[in-house]
Amino acid sequence: MALGFTLAYLALIVLIPLTGLVLRSASLGFPGFWHVATDPRTVNALKISFGTSLIAAVINVIFGIIVAWVLVRYRFPGRRIVDAIVDLPFALPTAVAGIALTALYSKNGWIGRWLDLIGIKVAFTPIGITIALIFIGLPFVVRTVQPVMEEIRKEVEEAAATLGANRFQTITRVLLPGLQPAILTGFALAFARAVGEYGSVIFIAGNLPYVSEIAPLLIVIRLEEFDYAGATAIATIMLLISFFMLFVINLIQAWSRRRYGYGA
Amino acid sequence: MDVRVSGVRKEFDRFPALHDVSLDINSGELIALLGPSGSGKTTLLRLIAGLETPTEGKVFFGDEDASLKSVQERNVGFVFQHYALFRHMTVIDNVSFGLKVRPGSSRPSKDEIRRRSSELLDFVQLSGLEKRYPAQLSGGQRQRVALARAMAIEPRVLLLDEPFGALDAKVRKELRRWLREIHDKTKHTTVFVTHDQDEALELADRVVVMSQGRIEQIGTPDEVYDRPNSPFVYSFIGESSSTEVQIKNGELWFDGQALGISSDRPDGEGMLYFRPHDIELIDASNRGIAGTVVASRRVGATRRIELAIAGATDHVEIEIPADHPATETSRIAFRPKHWRVFPKS
Amino acid sequence: MALESGPVTDPTATARHATTERRTARFVLTGIALAFLALFLVLPLVSVFVEAFRKGPTEYLAAFSEPDAQAAIRLTLLVASIAVPLNVVFGVVAAWAIAKFEFKGKAFLTTLIDLPFSVSPVISGLVYVLLFSSQSALGPWLKSQGIEILFAVPGIVLATMFVTFPFVARELIPLMQEQGTTDEEAALSLGANGWQTFWHVTLPNIKWGLLYGVLLCNARAMGEFGAVSVVSGHIRGLTNTMPLHVEILYNEYNFVAAFAVASLLALLALVTLVLKTLLELRYGAELRAVGGH
Repeated sequence: MALGFTLAYLALIVLIPLTGLVLRSASLGFPGFWHVATDPRTVNALKISFGTSLIAAVINVIFGIIVAWVLVRYRFPGRRIVDAIVDLPFALPTAVAGIALTALYSKNGWIGRWLDLIGIKVAFTPIGITIALIFIGLPFVVRTVQPVMEEIRKEVEEAAATLGANRFQTITRVLLPGLQPAILTGFALAFARAVGEYGSVIFIAGNLPYVSEIAPLLIVIRLEEFDYAGATAIATIMLLISFFMLFVINLIQAWSRRRYGYGA
Repeated sequence: MDVRVSGVRKEFDRFPALHDVSLDINSGELIALLGPSGSGKTTLLRLIAGLETPTEGKVFFGDEDASLKSVQERNVGFVFQHYALFRHMTVIDNVSFGLKVRPGSSRPSKDEIRRRSSELLDFVQLSGLEKRYPAQLSGGQRQRVALARAMAIEPRVLLLDEPFGALDAKVRKELRRWLREIHDKTKHTTVFVTHDQDEALELADRVVVMSQGRIEQIGTPDEVYDRPNSPFVYSFIGESSSTEVQIKNGELWFDGQALGISSDRPDGEGMLYFRPHDIELIDASNRGIAGTVVASRRVGATRRIELAIAGATDHVEIEIPADHPATETSRIAFRPKHWRVFPKS
Repeated sequence: MALESGPVTDPTATARHATTERRTARFVLTGIALAFLALFLVLPLVSVFVEAFRKGPTEYLAAFSEPDAQAAIRLTLLVASIAVPLNVVFGVVAAWAIAKFEFKGKAFLTTLIDLPFSVSPVISGLVYVLLFSSQSALGPWLKSQGIEILFAVPGIVLATMFVTFPFVARELIPLMQEQGTTDEEAALSLGANGWQTFWHVTLPNIKWGLLYGVLLCNARAMGEFGAVSVVSGHIRGLTNTMPLHVEILYNEYNFVAAFAVASLLALLALVTLVLKTLLELRYGAELRAVGGH
């Protein structure tokens, strides 16, 4: 009975609506689909979404590893608060993050003012989009890497030291490669989330077609134009790519478990 | 390489782990640090390796003061209790790691590193498993990889922390013999930590018995077994029984009668220690320790009985032949063949 | 700032210790981490409150006396009070089914439950638009029955349920799997019926994990923007939730009011974080099986 209820609820809320999307997309036929998919505005929106998401995810991996390392390894006053703050992007509504970031980075904002002096524009450019995506993606990297880091045995580092490795060699050749599956998973999660992100981006993006218009926004625009076919086609492309990412994440985990005997 | 530990004291958070420990290890020796958990044996091993810094005292490798050197510079081969293999590296990469991280000037060529690592894997009988990952090996195989990895850096001393602790009994015995063979071939100065007395006695040239942060006794397996120099060593290594005795005019008295055993201890009370199997049964009318059998168990080829002695105020265990007619409530008298008397604590 | 290395507490030993970095390296890394978090996470949060109070407390409070703002707050509370309990019931039942029974396709079912996490919020809204719009098969019929889903409260609730669907279930599944079935079997053997077993044995075992899931589910339900935005139709006073109201005010250049409403949502986020941290500190061991998000 419990299983039946689970399946019925799942079907009602998630599966039937998603199937509707896929059927709708299929009804476009391949030529119709291809027409929307190759529309320059669509292509540009997808390029911007994936490009900025990629850059944001890379930045998040670099700083996420440092943040996780500092939280796991060092003791300093306020560490617990800092640790809690990492989850802020999970808890803060995206629209709030969006307007706050825009206020900070616009020409007369706290940060934008100084960047403007040296000729860097952040708000209403892809740089602004990237900053919003860094905000929402960071906890994915930290929270994936942190638990694995906590489980590194001190003995492994000591073994490297007795074998003559200096601290830098120990970190770059022993510890980080050991974290590789977790880092890849965190990267994929941050990237996947960033590609679909809407609320925190649209305020700071400026939404200039071909320049700073992201794919989720283009879906909304098509919907407002009652161009359901166009919206559906873009959504289908994004869904396919997200599922591919999910598949890749699962592959990384399975590969890592098989080879090293631990997942991420 | 000689290793000399001189007056080393170690505190963790003001909790003393080692008190004034000194130990000379000769080049090529195989030394066991034996003691219960918390005796400081692992701390001593880690101090030799440089994984801990002594609060006081020094460690010498030959004539050189190693205390001034970091772990990396000491060039010790350390085998960890749970092996600490690098799990994202293949077996051969694990073994060659120590050579690969050497600074350019002293690093052998790539081919040389590969050749030496393969040779070592051959030596520890793991050739063919080069491309495996640690997760794909059995416990005993991991142990060998860890040993090969430690030996690859041509260490001045080989240090092993509970090397067989994580293995099941059968593999443990095999590896024990195998480690002895390896040692006899390579002649590395080797120190290993164990809490298992059989392991220490079977394997080591000399055994260092430790308790509560102090060295209790250093000696060959025969010495520590046959001539324990403290009640702790008596009871920690092998079986022991003890009972309270009086010393009067250089002779031991038990329960109001002289035992016919002389002692050079001053007059007063003392504890008589002996091995339960190392006794002779005597006629109850003779001078000895007499008591009533209260329990009797068959242990292998002998029978172990518990005697209530000294008017049932004390109990001791002794071993008698399995075919001895004594049953419960029988009266038996015995005298230890070897013994030691320690002050009453 | 007093920096120490993690496991080692003896300061004299840290100088050359093998398993930590030099003091300068520790200092630099900590500095980088804190600066990054301050710049990217803390500063935006602070700016919400600063912007909200830019023109003083009177203006700040004025933002809430507006009927549209009050309607938005009421709608947000209403939506959360429907979507969260429904997803809690689902989450508990689904976790129960997955953790305590063996059946084929279990791993697949778990993946399906996680699915809304990997779908863009905009797409989550879009699927309901496609399902209920006047162009769909269902839309005209519902309309003829006088049932409004799209651009009305039911649509908003559905979209919110979709995006918050996995929270409770994914907290509880690992927790219940770890606890196994022995407690329940013991209760059943002592004569408890299924419901009693659930109420007296299962539920107390998972209550902190459940609370944790509810907390996160609620935060997302009240803060969801993308999915709700697509299905709401943005009718002021009727189908605007708080995040949508923030957007409208912001686009009207009514910044103080926008940030005032946003500050309420930020406060909700802070309360969520504090409660979450307290739960983790006090019941960390019981929540251990819990993953991120």
